[in-house]
Amino acid sequence: MSTLDYEAVIGLEVHVQLATRSKIFSVSSAEFGGEPNQHTDPVCLGLPGALPVLNRQAVDMTVRLGLAVKSHIRPRCRFARKHYFYPDLPKGFQISQYDEPLCEGGAVTFRLDGEVRQVRLTRIHMEDDAGKNIHDSSGVSFVDFNRAGVPLCEIVSEPDLRSAEEAAEYLRAVRTLVRYLGISDGNMEEGSLRCDANVSIRPRGASRLGTKTELKNINSFKHVRDAIEHEIARQKALVGRGEAVVQETRLWDPDRGMSAPMRSKEEAHDYRYFPEPDLPPVVVDEAWLAAARVALPELPEARHARLLGLGLSAQDVSVLVAERPIGDYFDRALAAAPAHPKKLANWLINEVLGRVADARQLVDPDVPVPPAALAELVELVEQGTLSGKLGKEVFARMWQERRRAGEIVAAESVSLVSDTAVIEEACRRVVERSPDEVARYRGGNAKLMGFFVGNVMKETGGKANPKLVNEILRKLLA
Amino acid sequence: MTPEVRGLPLVAQAEGVARGTWKSRDLVEAYLDRIARLDKRIGAFLLVDAEGARRAADSIDRKVAAGEAVGPLGGVPVGLKDIFVTRGIETTAGSKILKGFIPPYESTATARLAAAGAVRLGKLNMDEFAMGSSNENSAFFPVHNPWDLGRVPGGSSGGAAAAVAASLCAGTLGTDTGGSIRQPAALCGVVGIKPTYGRVSRYGVIAFASSLDHPGPFGRTVEDAAALLEVVAGHDPMDSTSIPQPAGRYRAASKTGIAGMRLGVPKEYFQAGMDPEVEAAVRAALDELGRAGATLLPVSLPHTEYAIATYYLICTAGASSNLARYDGVRYGHRTAEAHSLEELYGKTRGEGFGAEPKRRIVLGTYVLRAGYYEAYYGKALRVRRLIANDFAAAFAEVDALVAPVSPTPAFKLGERLSDPLQMYLGDIYTVAPPLAGVPALSQCCGFTKSGLPIGLQTIGPALGEEAVFRVAGAYEARTDWHRRLPEDPA
Repeated sequence: MSTLDYEAVIGLEVHVQLATRSKIFSVSSAEFGGEPNQHTDPVCLGLPGALPVLNRQAVDMTVRLGLAVKSHIRPRCRFARKHYFYPDLPKGFQISQYDEPLCEGGAVTFRLDGEVRQVRLTRIHMEDDAGKNIHDSSGVSFVDFNRAGVPLCEIVSEPDLRSAEEAAEYLRAVRTLVRYLGISDGNMEEGSLRCDANVSIRPRGASRLGTKTELKNINSFKHVRDAIEHEIARQKALVGRGEAVVQETRLWDPDRGMSAPMRSKEEAHDYRYFPEPDLPPVVVDEAWLAAARVALPELPEARHARLLGLGLSAQDVSVLVAERPIGDYFDRALAAAPAHPKKLANWLINEVLGRVADARQLVDPDVPVPPAALAELVELVEQGTLSGKLGKEVFARMWQERRRAGEIVAAESVSLVSDTAVIEEACRRVVERSPDEVARYRGGNAKLMGFFVGNVMKETGGKANPKLVNEILRKLLA
Repeated sequence: MTPEVRGLPLVAQAEGVARGTWKSRDLVEAYLDRIARLDKRIGAFLLVDAEGARRAADSIDRKVAAGEAVGPLGGVPVGLKDIFVTRGIETTAGSKILKGFIPPYESTATARLAAAGAVRLGKLNMDEFAMGSSNENSAFFPVHNPWDLGRVPGGSSGGAAAAVAASLCAGTLGTDTGGSIRQPAALCGVVGIKPTYGRVSRYGVIAFASSLDHPGPFGRTVEDAAALLEVVAGHDPMDSTSIPQPAGRYRAASKTGIAGMRLGVPKEYFQAGMDPEVEAAVRAALDELGRAGATLLPVSLPHTEYAIATYYLICTAGASSNLARYDGVRYGHRTAEAHSLEELYGKTRGEGFGAEPKRRIVLGTYVLRAGYYEAYYGKALRVRRLIANDFAAAFAEVDALVAPVSPTPAFKLGERLSDPLQMYLGDIYTVAPPLAGVPALSQCCGFTKSGLPIGLQTIGPALGEEAVFRVAGAYEARTDWHRRLPEDPA
């Protein structure tokens, strides 16, 4: 059988650091960075006698995520201890969830090449993050526990993904979702979004799963794609040679572009899970769920569908939906100028987004051109008070000077000339001094209209309302 | 005035300080003197913080002189089982693996003692990580029973019980996981109470088996124990298993009397194998309670026979988990030389832990291994539920249960060391109450012919400490056993 007849089966385990103020089980700040071991306390250092106290904000954030992906939220869930030894794990166990996770089932919806895809979720559970080992070049190792105890939720997908591209897009959708929900900054570089991939291959059409490998250390969208692609190719090559895929955990080395075995099935940890006796079960009642539901924003997929319904291009919609502040900006502008969704999208994408480094700057109340101001400008252009070209100039000044379009137009008479008499006068002058062109136009050369318009514009210093110019020229040349 | 602290109740000491009869500093010096003279024979203290105690006492004395309030335990010198984390004071849990560990924080219970004006004399000896029934598992040195220096004081809070018995401090705090307060209290002839689970915060109490660990006090009298419990009990937001109810009025309860109370006598607690002198003393105590106005009724706790097996499954699982953090990376003992991470762990833990923690870590690791959870731990949790139901059913009929504490009086040092199973079976009457989370108190109800104390256990329903104190207080009011003091060792 040729390797072409195999399909890949991929499931992702995505770890999301929740953007709580304090850690999941203690009072230290959960913020990224700081001096090593600055954000620590007896609990997250695993000192003798210290006990965890659950941060309800972390539960609330996970509940919101669960609701957003339509998981079943367990009315009663509990934590379990997951044991293994590692220097960055201060208690000798991680407080995670095992047989009673907070969220079960659900699905993440996203689009790949315009097509809607759905990836089912197995579960979403909460746990505490470990610290970080730092290895000195001299051979000494240090441990920084600032990250220890930062809340994580782990989103485990079903093996519904079929390509590296699709896996990367799914991961992007998860990031967009957690950012929409405001529960994480989803920053892969800082590790607030991390991903392990389970990859296997099977003959196309088969229903049984092949032997899987787990890929670790794939911490950028590019690495996710590269690592999974490499793993699919590696497994296909093995099978092509008649060899078996070995169940193991492999570590991706992005510098060398390949993975290496980390531990085999036989070396797998026995985590010795048991219910965390220091924490009572977590009860999420109907009132909690109702409050969380009310607080949910419009989700990316719903917004995507709504904006497509406005007649926007798929490409524009993708840009507007990708980051919540962009879509929010668009919606606020649209509320002020509901007749012009396409124009607003163009102005937002071409002018506004070109001037900000990060979409988060759009939510800043200090964004130089707020949504209503953009809407006002677009209205002026669409009414013909400004040409597109003038509009762009006005926009630049709005951004620079933080002034409204109406103010600039009124104060400095940059508006277009819409006085029919003035325009007609200019049109007559152009027609009178161009007899040859008039003859050729009347003889059927319609392209010459551009010549007349251009000359009228020159006559009026570019301020004539192009719509009126066209109308009047057509009459004169008829 | 320098008081004679030998045998002087804690409550009386606090009153004397508050009234200005004597100074806290006088009490501290008197105890420091006794410790210096006597404790090398007893071994109750692992650490004596003489300077800290003097400073705290002087501060109390200044407040008294200035007419300020000093709290219900103002100026009273207390000892703490070395399982309570104390800021700036070495805390070892009786283990070499924590030798040299100076905690940067304070346990809730000891902070509450200090806030009530108690003066911390030092840290008390114990079985390593509270694992043991004889205090011979201390990594440092054993504790000797003040009633007979050749015998054990019981464990794991052996130092805490012996220190009160020998009048080396006014009162102490210990912990009880399977009997570690009640059994040494019985063997040393003092009062010890294991309150309802969650009644006293576990924050800052070094964990052995989290769902079974119960901090609680030792006192010379029932009222002393009540006074200590009133101070340390009550909700603590730092312990998620802490119960929300405020502490009760235990001192008052201890003086209420028991007229009309219904007391259950569980038949499973009077089985073959009990020392006849113990049985006789306990039965005599039951008669005394009857004379005090209580009605005694036979009751049954049918799942008692499974309590020890259940207890050892749950506590070893907990131990294997809670002791995983002692890895030599952040604090405590680290092996001198290791060439790999595995070697660092193996040698650090191999050198740092004694035989009993190792035995329980191995057992607990076995209990929790993949695929066997239901067979062991899961089943133990279900049986635990049945044991708790036994108590609930009994308390539907009676207000409290009365029973022996230990089937034998204090045994000889070394006698059971070679036979851990025999040692475990000695816990037969003490393991069920912590499994059910219900309060239970041990007090002296007589002596053997050879002069060893015998314990009486009163078990109450969950949150029913008042009932327990009523029974214990009424019994104590009618008897003189608590007035007997061991001879000071020569």
